[in-house]
Amino acid sequence: MNENKITLDESICKSPLGDLGVTEGSLSISITKAMLSADGKTNLVVCTEIQDNELLCLFGHSGAGKTTLLRLLAGLTKPDKGRIVFNDTVWFDSEKRINLPPQDRNVGFMFQDYALFPNMTVERNISFGQKEKNKEELDRLMELFDLQILKNQHPAKLSGGQKQRVALARALAAKPNVLLLDEPLSALDWDMRMELQDEIIKAHLLLNTITLLVSHDVHEVKKLASTVILLKNGTVINKGKPVDVFDPNLNECKNYSR
Amino acid sequence: MDQDFINTLLLTGKLAVWTTFILFVLGLPVAYLLAYKKFWLKPVVEALISMPMVLPPTVLGFYMLLAYSPQNTFGRFLAEHFNTRLAFSFQGVLIASVVFSLPFMIQPMQNGLTSIPKSLREASYTLGKSKLTTFIRVLIPNMIPSIITAIAMTFAHCIGEFGVIIMVGGNIPGETRVASIAIYDEVQAMNYHTANQYSFILFIVSLVILTLVYSINKKTTPSP
Repeated sequence: MNENKITLDESICKSPLGDLGVTEGSLSISITKAMLSADGKTNLVVCTEIQDNELLCLFGHSGAGKTTLLRLLAGLTKPDKGRIVFNDTVWFDSEKRINLPPQDRNVGFMFQDYALFPNMTVERNISFGQKEKNKEELDRLMELFDLQILKNQHPAKLSGGQKQRVALARALAAKPNVLLLDEPLSALDWDMRMELQDEIIKAHLLLNTITLLVSHDVHEVKKLASTVILLKNGTVINKGKPVDVFDPNLNECKNYSR
Repeated sequence: MDQDFINTLLLTGKLAVWTTFILFVLGLPVAYLLAYKKFWLKPVVEALISMPMVLPPTVLGFYMLLAYSPQNTFGRFLAEHFNTRLAFSFQGVLIASVVFSLPFMIQPMQNGLTSIPKSLREASYTLGKSKLTTFIRVLIPNMIPSIITAIAMTFAHCIGEFGVIIMVGGNIPGETRVASIAIYDEVQAMNYHTANQYSFILFIVSLVILTLVYSINKKTTPSP
């Protein structure tokens, strides 16, 4: 799994976008949020620290709280209690009544439905993400994700895989502190998944920062993640390297059943 | 065609254009609030905006007349500070027309906004864009058919309005006598030919506008 990264690392990490100007840092999370899970009302409770450069997978069944956690980090949903700190910046603190809006957190969020703007072309979707217009960087991003020939197309004309690549490029265009990917591959067929898993690794290495990815595919987690968090009914039941968390023979995770 | 006939049609158009313009500017923010904000008085506000759909125009006209009267606070305020009387004036008819056409502008816009997937707004926020930028660059461009429907329906409804205008404005040529009132007046005077001319023009204009609305709605496919 890690070999994958190293081979891509050399070619991509340094070059295409040059210095992305991304802040390195860790993300410290300790929050609770009431939510509805498969078994009715429950509390999402997460206390963890994510180190710089980690590609972390959130793994769990539907309703375990994976998407909710991403939304809490992005500032799209407000936690009931707790703290979220990125480096020295407090994103959320219930005691001090701090709650930075999504605009000030600078996270790259990739939605399950990709959320591409239907009124804009591929090129304009991506440039919309840029804080300052930079044509050169825009072209490099499109080249990197193989979008040059599609740049004048509207999202309605794109396939699922193409949409995913546009969404990734758009999220990267903002040079986010943290990349949050909500089941980015769930809508794609197997071949496409394989191909786009590489794109995700590419995106992660390009940013050289924290990436959180929601998945419920064991193979995917094994291939992509440096760390995996197992969520069950809102509670973290295991955290570690995929090899330690998942049983190598069964492709099922240890201690995890419905 | 005589000058009176042309003046009446011009006045009808002027009233409809002004009403539509004012409601468009007013309607966008109101539709935004109703589509996305939760507040405890929201059902009351929604009900009030929808009232003209079910209320007889005479009821609204009657209350507008009362409000305009210098014997009441609003009318007295206008008379004292601006030396204006709204009853039986173009401005008075315009205000009544704006109030009476509220649902025709706001409801299509509100529906347009609520049908845009929430993730588009959220994506724009996470990309660092403010609510205003998101509204102008993401939401409005993705609700163009709803905006056209809202404008067309308001304009068409306004051209056809009768009850409120006759209550608030009466029948003053060049000031409050619009086509729908002129038709009634001409029929009373047994000038069927002139009544027919007015009626035919209103019929055609309304038909063209509604055909436009339906053809736009047919073309619109759900956003991807």
